[in-house]
Amino acid sequence: MRKVAIYGKGGIGKSTTTQNTVAGLVEMGRKVMVVGCDPKADSTRLLLGGLAQKSVLDTLREEGEDVELEDIRKAGYGGTWCVESGGPEPGVGCAGRGIITSINMLESLGAYDEDEELDYAFYDVLGDVVCGGFAMPIRDGKAQEIYIVCSGEMMAMYAANNISKGITKFAQSGDVRLGGLICNSRKVDNEKEMIEKFAERLGTQMIYFVPRDNDVQRAEINRQTVIQWKPDAPQAGEYRGLAKAIDENDNFVIPTPLEIEELEELLMEFGLMN
Amino acid sequence: MNVMEKNMATAEEKMVQWDPTDVKAELLKKYPPKVARKRAKQILINEALENETPEITANVRTIPGIITMRGCTYAGCKGVIMGPTRDIVNLVHGPIGCSFYAWLTRRNQTDAGEDGEQYMNYCFSTDMQDSDIIFGGEKKLAAAIQEIYDLMHPKSITVFATCPVGLIGDDIHTVAKNMKEKLGDCNVFAFSCEGYKGVSQSAGHHIANNQIFRHLIGEDDTPREGKYRINLLGEYNIGGDGFEIDRILKKCGITCLATFSGNSTYDQFASAHQADLNAVMCHRSINYVADMLETKFGIPWIKVNFIGAHATAKSLRKIAAYFEDQELIDRVEEVIAEEMPQVEAAIADVRPRTEGKTAMLFVGGSRAHHYQELFRELGMKTISAGYEFAHRDDYEGRHVLPTLKVDADSRNIEEIEVEADEKRYRPRKSEEELKALEAAGLEFKEYRGLIPEMEEGTLVIDDLNQYEAEKLVELMKPDIFCAGIKEKYSIQKLGVPMKQLHSYDSGGPYAGFRGAVNFYHEIDRLVNSRVWSYMKAPWQENPQLSAAYVWE
Repeated sequence: MRKVAIYGKGGIGKSTTTQNTVAGLVEMGRKVMVVGCDPKADSTRLLLGGLAQKSVLDTLREEGEDVELEDIRKAGYGGTWCVESGGPEPGVGCAGRGIITSINMLESLGAYDEDEELDYAFYDVLGDVVCGGFAMPIRDGKAQEIYIVCSGEMMAMYAANNISKGITKFAQSGDVRLGGLICNSRKVDNEKEMIEKFAERLGTQMIYFVPRDNDVQRAEINRQTVIQWKPDAPQAGEYRGLAKAIDENDNFVIPTPLEIEELEELLMEFGLMN
Repeated sequence: MNVMEKNMATAEEKMVQWDPTDVKAELLKKYPPKVARKRAKQILINEALENETPEITANVRTIPGIITMRGCTYAGCKGVIMGPTRDIVNLVHGPIGCSFYAWLTRRNQTDAGEDGEQYMNYCFSTDMQDSDIIFGGEKKLAAAIQEIYDLMHPKSITVFATCPVGLIGDDIHTVAKNMKEKLGDCNVFAFSCEGYKGVSQSAGHHIANNQIFRHLIGEDDTPREGKYRINLLGEYNIGGDGFEIDRILKKCGITCLATFSGNSTYDQFASAHQADLNAVMCHRSINYVADMLETKFGIPWIKVNFIGAHATAKSLRKIAAYFEDQELIDRVEEVIAEEMPQVEAAIADVRPRTEGKTAMLFVGGSRAHHYQELFRELGMKTISAGYEFAHRDDYEGRHVLPTLKVDADSRNIEEIEVEADEKRYRPRKSEEELKALEAAGLEFKEYRGLIPEMEEGTLVIDDLNQYEAEKLVELMKPDIFCAGIKEKYSIQKLGVPMKQLHSYDSGGPYAGFRGAVNFYHEIDRLVNSRVWSYMKAPWQENPQLSAAYVWE
C-alpha cells in the first residue's frame, strides 16, 4: 500500500485534485482510501455525492470509545473508502490534536490492515503545515509520499516551500519523501515553466500540470468528480493523466527548500519574462 | 569531650576547610562552560563593597537540564496566592494531573469563620479529556461553573488556566464574564496563569494579584470598624502563622481588615481599601499590590516581618509609630513585655545547644531572608541562602528597581496601570506627616533585601538546583538545610537534617512570639538528634559488593 498525503496552500484545490485523481486511480482498478484531515470535513464530498459522512471525531464524541470501522468510513465512487477526520468549530479547540486522534483510531480499528487490500491511502490535509497535528500524516510513516498542490501565485509557492521545510525535517527521522508538485493552474504568466523551475530547485519534479477548466466547477456543483460527471470531458483526461503519473512515479526525494530571497528571484525572473 | 563541644569543633573545622571562592568553583566545576558562565552570575560571594551591594542575577530562565527547585506559573497563582482563601471556590481548568494543585497541597490553615463558608479542602477541576482539547473546553468550563454554583452557592468562583488551555485558546475570561452575568450574585473571574508563562511561580503571583486587584479589591464600601486598621500583605497562614499574628495584632488592639491571602475571605479582599496602612510581609509576592493600593486609595505601606520574636516586636513598634497614637504605642510595649519572657526563657534553654551551628536556607522569595532572624536568635549562622523565584530587588534592596532589566519573560506578564480612585482616594497621611515619620526613622516603601543582612563571606545562590544543593551540603556540611518537599529527602539521605520552610513539615506556627518558641524547639530537636549519624548505607562502608550469577 502506498500512503500519499496531499498538502498545499488553503484554497489551492487540494480536495478537488485529490478526489479527481482518486477517481482516475479507481478507473485503473486501484483500491483507495481517502482520509480527509480538514475540520470542515469536505474532503470526500465528490466521491460520496455530498457531505454524507459522519466524522471520526464526531463519532468518537457520541459513541465514546466503542467505535466500529463501519461507523467511520463509507464506500464512495468506485468502491473507494471515504473517511473524514473532522474537528472543532473554527476558533476553538485544537484541530491538529484531532487529526492525531483520528489517525490513531483508524489504525487501531484496522483500516490499514493487509486484508483490506488497499493500494493507496490518501490524506488530504488542511492548509500549510501549521502545527504538530497537521504534520501528523508526514510523521511516523503515516504518509510516505507527499504531493504539494500549487500554482504560479506567490503565496501558493511560498506555502509549497514551507511544506517542503516540514518534509525535510521529518525525512531525516523517517521515510517520508516528496513525490512532486502538482500545478493546479491559475493561468499565471509562464506558470508551467516557473513551477518546473521551482520543482527543480526543490530537487523534485512537476509531476503534472492541471489546466484550468470550468468543468471542474460544474462537476463540483453536481457533487461529482469530473471523471464521474462527464467521462469524456478533456479535463477528465487530465485527471487520468495525473493519476497515471502518480501511479508510475518513482521519483521520491528529500526536498531542498529555498531561501525567501531565492523564491522572490524566481518570481521576478518568470514574471518579467515577457 | 561532650557531644556539644564535639559538634562545635567539627563545625569550626568545616569552616576552615572551605573558602567561599573554592566552594563556588567546586559548584561550577562540572558544568559545561556556557552553563557555568550563567550560573556563576547567580552564585554570589557576599562581600562588603564600598557603599554598594554586590549584584546578583535573578529571575532569569532556568537552564534546560538543570533540576530546578522552582514551580510553574500556575502553581504560583493557584497554589500560593489563591489557595489560602477559604470562601472563594477555585476551579482548575485543565487535565487532572495539573489539578494536583486543586488539592490543598500547601498547609494553609483556615478557621472556617462564623458563616462556615469553607471550600479550601474541596478540589474542583474540569478534568479535560482528549475531546475537550480537540473541540475546546469552554462549554465544559461553563457547565463546571454552573455545577459549583448549584452545589455551593459561593460568593465567588475563580478559574485557573493550565498549559493546554493556553495552547488551544479557550477564552476563559469571556466564559467567566458570561457566567458572572448569568449567575448574578457570584463574582466569577479567571486567571491566564498557564504554567509555561514566566520563568518561575513568581509570574503566577503577579497574575493572581493583578486579577484580585481588578475584580475584588474595593467591591465593598460597607464601613469597617477598628481604630487602627491595617492589611497584612504576603502572609499565607502556613501551619497557622496567620493565626498567631492575628492573636498578637488583636491583643495590641490593631484590626487586620484583610490578610493577603492567608485564611482570607471574599469580604476581606473586597473591603481592603478601607485600611489605613499596608504591612508587607513577603515583599516578592505582593509589593506591587501595596504600590497599587497606595496609588489608587492613598494607603501607605511599610515592610514588616513577623518571623523571629525580635523582628515581631520591631514590626509591632513600626505599626504603632505609624499611627502616632500614644495609647497604641503603650499597648504594643505592654504586649511585647508580656510576650517576651516566654521567648527569652525558651532561648535560654535551647541556645546552649544550638549556638555556633550553621544553617542553609533556599526557599521562597522572602522566607530565606526572614528565617535568618530565628536562626540568629538561636546563635546559628546562615552560611548560604537564596531564593527560588525572587527578583534582584529582593536580594539587593528596592534601590535597584529602576535599573532592573525588563526582558522578554517579564514583558509577558501584564502590568496594571493604576490611577487614583476619583471618589475613594484619600491620603492617610499628608506629605509633611510622612516626612516627619521618615525623619523619626520609619521607612515607607523600603526593603533592603537579603544580601546586606548576611555576613561577609557567605554564599548567596539564586535558583539553587538539585546538583548544587547536594554539592553544597557535601562541601560545607551545614547542621540544618531548609527548603521544600522536593529537596527534603535527597538532603536527608546525605545525613543532614532538613526542615521544610514552605509547608513546615507537620509543624508550625513559626511566626510571632509563640511561633518563635515552636521554631526554637523544632530546630533544637533536628540539629541535636543523633539519628542523622546513622544514615550510612551499607555500601558507604563496604563499597565493593561481590556476587555470582546462580548459573555460574
